[in-house]
Amino acid sequence: MRIKLEKRPEPSTLMAFATPIASVLLTMAIGVVVFDALGIKGEKAVIDIFLTPLLSSYKWQDVAVKAAPLIIIALGLSVGNRAQVWNIGAEGQYVIGALAAAGVGIAAGGAGGGIIITLMILAGILGGTFWAVFPAFLKTRLNVNEILTSLMLTYVALQVLGYLVGGPWKDPNGRNFPATAPLHADQTLPILFPGTTVHLGVAIALVLPFVFWLIMSRSVFGFQIRVVGSAPDAARHGGFDAKQTIWLSLLIGGAMAGLAGALEFAGALKAINLGFPSGYGFTAIIVSFLGRLNPIGCLIAGIVLAVTYVGGQVAQTTVHIPNSTAGIFQAMMLFFILASDILIRYRVRFVGSPKLAPMPAAGE
Amino acid sequence: MGTEATARLELKSITKRFPGVLANDQVSFSVQPGEIHALLGENGAGKSTLVKMIYGIMQPDGGEIRWNGERIVVAHPKAARKLGIGMVFQHFSLFEAMTVLENIALGMDAKIPARELEARIKEVMTQYGLKLEPHRIVSTLSVGERQRIEIVRALLLNPKLLIMDEPTSVLTPQEVEQLFVVLRQLASEGCSILYISHKLHEIKALCHTATILRGGKLVDTCNPSVETSRSMAEKMIGGNLKTIEKAEGRTVGREKLIVNRLNMPARSHFGVSLKDITFTVREGEIFGIAGVAGNGQNALLLALSGETLTDDPGAITVDGAQLGRLTAKQRRLAGVSSVPEERNGHAAVPEFTLADNSVLTARDRLGMVKGGLIDHKAARTYAGEVISTFAVKALGPGSTAGSLSGGNLQKYIMGREIMQNPAVLVVSQPTWGVDAGAAAAIHQALVDLAAAGSAIVVISQDLDELLSLCDTLAVINEGRLSPSMKVADADIEEIGLLMGGVHGDPAATANLHPEPVHAHQA
Repeated sequence: MRIKLEKRPEPSTLMAFATPIASVLLTMAIGVVVFDALGIKGEKAVIDIFLTPLLSSYKWQDVAVKAAPLIIIALGLSVGNRAQVWNIGAEGQYVIGALAAAGVGIAAGGAGGGIIITLMILAGILGGTFWAVFPAFLKTRLNVNEILTSLMLTYVALQVLGYLVGGPWKDPNGRNFPATAPLHADQTLPILFPGTTVHLGVAIALVLPFVFWLIMSRSVFGFQIRVVGSAPDAARHGGFDAKQTIWLSLLIGGAMAGLAGALEFAGALKAINLGFPSGYGFTAIIVSFLGRLNPIGCLIAGIVLAVTYVGGQVAQTTVHIPNSTAGIFQAMMLFFILASDILIRYRVRFVGSPKLAPMPAAGE
Repeated sequence: MGTEATARLELKSITKRFPGVLANDQVSFSVQPGEIHALLGENGAGKSTLVKMIYGIMQPDGGEIRWNGERIVVAHPKAARKLGIGMVFQHFSLFEAMTVLENIALGMDAKIPARELEARIKEVMTQYGLKLEPHRIVSTLSVGERQRIEIVRALLLNPKLLIMDEPTSVLTPQEVEQLFVVLRQLASEGCSILYISHKLHEIKALCHTATILRGGKLVDTCNPSVETSRSMAEKMIGGNLKTIEKAEGRTVGREKLIVNRLNMPARSHFGVSLKDITFTVREGEIFGIAGVAGNGQNALLLALSGETLTDDPGAITVDGAQLGRLTAKQRRLAGVSSVPEERNGHAAVPEFTLADNSVLTARDRLGMVKGGLIDHKAARTYAGEVISTFAVKALGPGSTAGSLSGGNLQKYIMGREIMQNPAVLVVSQPTWGVDAGAAAAIHQALVDLAAAGSAIVVISQDLDELLSLCDTLAVINEGRLSPSMKVADADIEEIGLLMGGVHGDPAATANLHPEPVHAHQA
C-alpha cells in the first residue's frame, strides 16, 4: 500500500470549499489532543475558543468589531496574493493609516463631524498606500523582494508610532504615558446600534467584500490580477503590464490596511498607544488564505479568526490558558489550509505496491 | 515458434490504463534481430507509453514482454540496460555546464575510470563515424551534437535493442542523413532498432517494418517500402487525409508587414539575441521561418507580438504604421495577432475557462469590455463560435483550457486569433504536438486567412510543414535571418546548410574553444 497523488483533470470545486472547513475542524481536533496532553482540559479550551463567542450573544459585538479590520485588510492582501505579490507588511500599513487619521484629528483641533471623519478615513487610506509605495518601487525598479521590504517597513512603522505617541503627539494630560489624547466624541465613528461598540467600520467591512467580489470577477482589472497570478507569460501575451500589476496590487493592499487602521482608531480604540499594533495585519494573511483569496471567503474567514481572538480571551479566564493560545490556533489553521491546498488539484489514491515478479536470469 | 527465428523483442497483448484513458489496448508485435522497426502514430496514440514499458519506466497492466523468447519483467531502466536495451530520448538529459565526457560518465551504471571511458568513447565514435570532442562543454554544442552524446552513451552498453524517440525532430536534413547512416550500420551488425516517428518519408527511407498505433490500438504492421506515405498516414489517422486546398494562381498583394533591421538583446544569459532581422510579407502571403530550435525563434515572436519592445519604432511597420514601440495590446488593436509556441501558460491560461481565454487576447478587438467591466456573455458567445467553427472537442466555453488535449487547445487558440481577422498573424509551431487531422485543419485555416488578404508569418522547426504551407521562406540561425527565397524554387540542401549555420562547420566551432577543459586530470 502506498499513497499516490494523482492530478485531477479539473480543479475540484468541492475541495475548494471543503478544505477551509476541514482545516478549522482539524485545528479544533488537534487542539483538544494537544491541550489534553499538556494537562489542560482540551475540550473545554477548544469549545471556549471556537464556540462560546458564537453561542453567547453578548460576545457578538466583540466578534464584529474584531472581524472588521481583519476582513478589510484581508481583502486588500487577497488582491496581491492572487497576483503572486506577497505583501507581508500590512501591519505597518495599518499603523501608518491609523497615525495619518490621528494626525488629521489632531490638526482639526476641536472640530468634528462628518467632514472631519471622512478626511480622517481618507488620510488613513493614503497613509497605508504611502507605506506600500516603497516595496512597490523597490520591487519594480530594483527587483527587491517585496516580502522582505514590506515586512521590514512594519518595524519602521512601529518606530514612527513610538516617536509620535511618545513625542509630538503625546497626550499632555496623559500622566506622561506614551499615547495620543483620546478623540473628541464628534471625531469618532458613529455607533450603528446604540448601547453596543459596533461602529461604522463594521458596516464598511460587510459591504466591501461585495465590492471587491464585483471588481475581481467582472472587471478587466480583476482579470488582469488573476492572469498575472496564474500565468505571467500569458498576461504579457494578453497585453497586461506586470509592473503595473505589482504597483496596483501592493497599493491596494496598503490602502485597505490603512483604511482598517483608521477605522480601528476612530471606531474602536479612539486613541493610539504603543499597544495599538495588535497583529491584525499578520492575522489577515491567514484570513486571506482561509478565505481562498475570495472576497466573500475573506468575509467568512475574518469572522472565524475574530472568534478565535474573542474565544482566546474567554479561555484565558475559564481554563486559565494564555491569551496567545489563540495565535497557536490561528497558525495551525494557516498550516492546514496551505497543506490541504494540494487536494484541489490532486486526488489522493491508495494503490497496492506493484507486484515484483522475479526477473529471469536473462541478458548477461 | 516453428521455423521462424526467435524474435529479439516480442510484445503480447500489452495493455496499459491511465485514469480515464486506455493508453495501450492489447498491443502485440515483435522486433527481429537487426531490424529497424518503426513505431508510427499520432500524438496520444500510445507510442511513448509503449516504449516506456519496454524500457522499464512503467509497468504494463496486462500482457507480456518476451526478450529473446523468454518472458521478462523490466522493473526499471537499469534492468533494461542490463538486458541490452538502450534508449535515446527526445528530450536530452545533459548538464550544460559539463563536458561531453563528464556527461557520459554520469549516465553510466558502472563506474569506469575517466581515461578508460574516453578510450571506449573514441572507439565507439570511430566505429560509427560519430564526430564528437569529449572535452567540449555541452552548452557550446548544437542539438545534433548533443543527440550524438546520447547515442554514444547508449552504444557504450553494446545494446541489442536501441529505442529512438522522435530523434529527427530537431535535426537539420544533413544531420538526419548522418544519423541514418549510423542506424543502418548498427542494424547490419544485428542490433534491433525501435524507431518512433510520425515523419513518413523518413520511415520509408529507413525502416524495414512499421507498426502503426491509433488510439492505443495496433492498426497494422506493414512494410513501409511498399506502402505510400499517404496510405500510412491514413492508417495513422484512421481516415482520409485532407490535402491543403490552395487557390490556383494565387497572387500576393502589396507589402504589408515590413521588418527592417530588427535588433533585440538576449533576454537572459542563455537567450539568443536578434541581429538585423529583415524581411517583408505581402498581403495574402504565407512567410515561413525555418530553423533548428533555440536559434532566436522565441525572441522573434516576442518582438513581433509586442511582448518585448524594440528601441527603433520603425523596425516593424504594418501598412506603413510604425509598431516597434507599441505594446502587445496596442499592436493587437493595430491588427497584429500572434500565437506563441507554448500553449499552456503563454498562449492560454490552463486554469481559466475557454471563455476567459478569449478575453485574454480578443477583448479589445471584439469589444468585450464595457466601462472597465468584462462582458462575459460576449466572451462566451465568441468562445462558442470558435469551438464550433474550428471543431474543437470541448464541452463548451466553460471548459478549462487545461482540460483540452494539446491538439484541441491549439485549434482553439488558432481559431481565437484567426476569427479576429488580423491583418498580420504571426504563429510559432502551429502544429507542434498536434495530430495530423488537427494539423490539416490548422493549415487550411491559415491558407484561407491568407486568401482573405492577411499577411502570415509561420515559425516552425518542421521543414515539411513550411515547404507545403508557405509561399516564401527564410532560415533563422543564431538570431540572424537568411535572405528570403521562393518555396517553389527553394533548394532543400541549401536550406539544410543554412539551418546548420555555423554549427554545421566544425572548423568554425573549433575556434570558439581552442583550449579543451581537462577537468579529469586531478
